[in-house]
Amino acid sequence: MKTYGKTQVLSSSIKRLSLLGLAAIMLMGTLGCSKTAPGDSAALQQQTAKETAAAQTILQVNGSTSVEKLMTMLSDRYTAKNPGVSLQIQAPGSSAGIKAVHDGNAQIGMSSRELKGDELTWGLKETVIAYDGIAVVVHPSNPVKDLTTEQVNAIFSGKITNWKEFGGADQEILLVIREAGSGTRDAFEEIVKLFEEKDGKKVSTIAEDRAIIADSTNAITQNVSGKESAIGYVSLGSLNTSSTIPLKLNGVECTADNIKNKSYAISRPFLLLTQGTPSAEVQPVLDYILSADGQALVTEEKFIPVQ
Amino acid sequence: MKLKKYMTLGVEKFFWLCAILSLLALLLILGFLLKEGLPPLFSIGFKSFLLGQRWKPLEETFGIFPMIVATVTATAGAILLGGFIGLFTALFLAEVASPKAARLIRPLIQLLAGIPSVVFGFFGLVLIVPWIANRFGGPGNSLLATILILSVMILPTLASISETALRAVPQEYREGSLALGASPMETLFKVTLPAAKNGIIAAFVLGIGRAVGETMAVVLVCGNRPQIPQSLLDPIRPMTSTIAMEMSYSSGLHQEALFAIGVILLIFIVALNLSVNYILRGNKDL
Repeated sequence: MKTYGKTQVLSSSIKRLSLLGLAAIMLMGTLGCSKTAPGDSAALQQQTAKETAAAQTILQVNGSTSVEKLMTMLSDRYTAKNPGVSLQIQAPGSSAGIKAVHDGNAQIGMSSRELKGDELTWGLKETVIAYDGIAVVVHPSNPVKDLTTEQVNAIFSGKITNWKEFGGADQEILLVIREAGSGTRDAFEEIVKLFEEKDGKKVSTIAEDRAIIADSTNAITQNVSGKESAIGYVSLGSLNTSSTIPLKLNGVECTADNIKNKSYAISRPFLLLTQGTPSAEVQPVLDYILSADGQALVTEEKFIPVQ
Repeated sequence: MKLKKYMTLGVEKFFWLCAILSLLALLLILGFLLKEGLPPLFSIGFKSFLLGQRWKPLEETFGIFPMIVATVTATAGAILLGGFIGLFTALFLAEVASPKAARLIRPLIQLLAGIPSVVFGFFGLVLIVPWIANRFGGPGNSLLATILILSVMILPTLASISETALRAVPQEYREGSLALGASPMETLFKVTLPAAKNGIIAAFVLGIGRAVGETMAVVLVCGNRPQIPQSLLDPIRPMTSTIAMEMSYSSGLHQEALFAIGVILLIFIVALNLSVNYILRGNKDL
């Protein structure tokens, strides 16, 4: 009963305190409102915002999620040197970016694949800023070290389902793939021909019913490194050689040099696109990215420079 | 005296405002979800959406039946396993353990509730998934992995709410039972437990709610294969993980279909809450 009395005293004092606090907050709220409303600080702020807007060139950059990370870093460095320019980068995917440039909604498009179909007729100018390879990775204990592009196709389309066909253990092959819509998956399907035309639509032929689907490159690496029978694919920039082993493809190792001289089969360019000749605002950005400084950053991010 | 009266009034209004704000948030979310998610339900067709077996968003085939099965089986498994352990943990803490032991164990179990779900997921991916693959075969990312992770995640909710319910049972019930010659265990199972039934049901419902809605941990361990699982070792793809995984890339009808999955999830949760209210109303005499 003694403790009960104590808690009651305590709770009533808390009540009183919180009442006071609430009243204080409300009072401050009303005071604050009446102060700022006619005040001149807001007007001042508006003015400065206008001034900076007038001085700044804003470039809309739109496209691939794979290019976005590199582009953001390049843009940070560029705008640090050229404070008058700001780049607004959005990444809804390569196709959307290519279309945005064509429609005039963006000055620069980012694509992690070559242009195809209709896009080739739109008069877009491509600038290759880097190359990226896609490594096919397996568990370190897997004796299979080398596959052909056709064999990779057969594995991912589910035509061959056991490692013993390639001299490996008698073990069912476990596919680890990215979700529908992923840029890396798109490029992989495109290059390894894991698609077919159906009613005019491109349809993936990856055997999804035999696969584990991971939502990021890191999740792919984790899954492959944890399972002896797994095979997956990751961008060379995110390859982790301590927990997964990249396979040779048609006898060619997945290295920066082999991607640059195109002997490694699964590689893709990172493109920047402009409608026609780049404008006077855009050209310096492209020049910077292709400069030694810009390309050094490309190498730093583990992509392959073009110069 | 007058000031005090005004202050009370002000505080009352403030509380009222807060209540309205949370209600407003609910209405906004509901409105948005229904606005975005209902039209695709009609354009895809209820039957082919709910009972369709194939989910091929790029081919515009949207069947979420495998996902509904995944969500239901994973939740059921988690509530069976987690509920079992959680309930007995609660019984131990409330009725059996010495106050000292309870004081030591209780905060540790509540600590479990504070672990971010992505950490549970990573733990599952790095430890549980390879363990299942090596011990039982199959890919490891599976219904079983999902159930194991989910049951650990809902354990603290189940244990702490059930314990509160058990502690709320008047001491006289137990004393009466013991005085009538019932053993301590008979008292526990035949008197205390039935008396705490409502609170325990509430704990289970909250646990089910958490399991149905859990995303970050599940997406890492479930395998995300949109297929009806034939065994505990098959990969599954619950509704939440589909939304989380595909939202960033989706557009057009695909995105709308993801909102439609959100509507189905919402219906699940509402149905759950309604059924519990119904059960609890039926047991008013307890």
